[in-house]
Amino acid sequence: MVKKGTFRVKSGLAEMLKGGVIMDVTTADQAKIAEKAGAVAVMALERVPADIRAQGGVARMADPQKVKEIMAAVSIPVMAKVRIGHFVEAQILQALEVDYIDESEVLTPADPRFHIDKWAFTVPFVCGARNLGEACRRIGEGAAMIRTKGEPGTGNVVEAVKHMRLMQEQIRAVIAAPDDELMRMAKEMSAPYEVLLLIREQGRFPVVNFAAGGIATPADAALMMQLGADGIFVGSGIFKSGDPEKRARAIVEATTHYNDPKILAEVSAGLGEAMSGIAIEEIPPHEMMQVR
Amino acid sequence: MTTEIGVLGLQGAVREHLAALSRLGIAARAVKRSAELDGLSGLILPGGESTAISLLAGEGFLARLREMADAGVPLFGTCAGMILLAREIAGQSITYIQAIDITVARNATGRQVDSFETTLSVDGIGDDVPAVFIRAPYITRMGPEVQPLARHEGTVVMAQQGNVLVTSFHPELTDDLRIHRYFLGMVEKYRQEVQQ
Repeated sequence: MVKKGTFRVKSGLAEMLKGGVIMDVTTADQAKIAEKAGAVAVMALERVPADIRAQGGVARMADPQKVKEIMAAVSIPVMAKVRIGHFVEAQILQALEVDYIDESEVLTPADPRFHIDKWAFTVPFVCGARNLGEACRRIGEGAAMIRTKGEPGTGNVVEAVKHMRLMQEQIRAVIAAPDDELMRMAKEMSAPYEVLLLIREQGRFPVVNFAAGGIATPADAALMMQLGADGIFVGSGIFKSGDPEKRARAIVEATTHYNDPKILAEVSAGLGEAMSGIAIEEIPPHEMMQVR
Repeated sequence: MTTEIGVLGLQGAVREHLAALSRLGIAARAVKRSAELDGLSGLILPGGESTAISLLAGEGFLARLREMADAGVPLFGTCAGMILLAREIAGQSITYIQAIDITVARNATGRQVDSFETTLSVDGIGDDVPAVFIRAPYITRMGPEVQPLARHEGTVVMAQQGNVLVTSFHPELTDDLRIHRYFLGMVEKYRQEVQQ
């Protein structure tokens, strides 16, 4: 018997992306550049986070025509973003047969209270999280891959570091917790008890956990990998930089050889201008994307 | 010489293969640079993205793997690993290690919504082997030296030519260790040959 859309099949694709870099692209040409540089997947969207942040307005799912062009241009998996809670955008992307859907805080949320019921889909979902409770709730809703939220479009890695460190610390605490403390932990983290049980059983977080939000340099990518990320999403960091081809390739090398400072020194040299960054303190509270 | 098996560790499902080997009590390590290939009695090429893995490996590394294949070292490629080991890849002129005389079609099972799991009948292993296919490649041509080991709906999805074993699917995503054990049998045979 053939079974499609099982959790193992959904999380399995994410497992295959481990140790790789997923790059935001807005055109078929950018997708080809990403593939040639060694990206393991591309994320199709209308505007990169830095532009969404600068231009404001409502950010929505990309035009299906654009998504199709990107899918036709590359042989690696194509992901695309939907607004939080916008299950019809997700239905459309599933009909287009994208390989993964990112229910993303980078776009303007469509539902202030509820995320998408991701169990209802055959296509797998990735969701952002700032802490273990949030990550476990998304898994409870059916997400098969998690990424840190960071603060998208800033070129500033500090928030991704914060989120990854917190999540790792909380995972260690759950694994070490005695039986009679686990329910209390679930309550305090607002995490589904069953997902915490799974973490303890497996001795690790049950799905792939990538780093995202503010990664702009090869060193940023290697930092996130050394902090325990399974792989890297780069949004604005590549196509908002001076030499996208070279930077993309360098971030790919840095993600694989994250523990080898000699290689990191080689690939970090002479990349031209990185995207100009934003200090988190300069962002007005209502423009913070991670709290969505 | 102790048995040590490598898992090509540039990108992809490295952890799962290492875990399967460790459950079988075999020493294993991830290999990221060609110098780390020395002394291995076998190598697994995991699933991942074949284009990314080949770029990260580079020509020198691939040449070393070709030498290992020629020297009879057992190699086992799953999914992307099978693409790297194939002699020909349908629709593209680029090839990689060319250690097994097959042609593969990339992403032959379609996009992710068509990825699936099933059970297969595998020659010499069992008729209930769980298999996970993720945007999987299929074998569309086999040379006379190649032995088909499993089919899915008529298409060959597992094959062997001497010291090279390939699967379209991911045994490492299941708890079933029989295919890894089969590969260890190949490794054991190679070690005995080397000792003689």
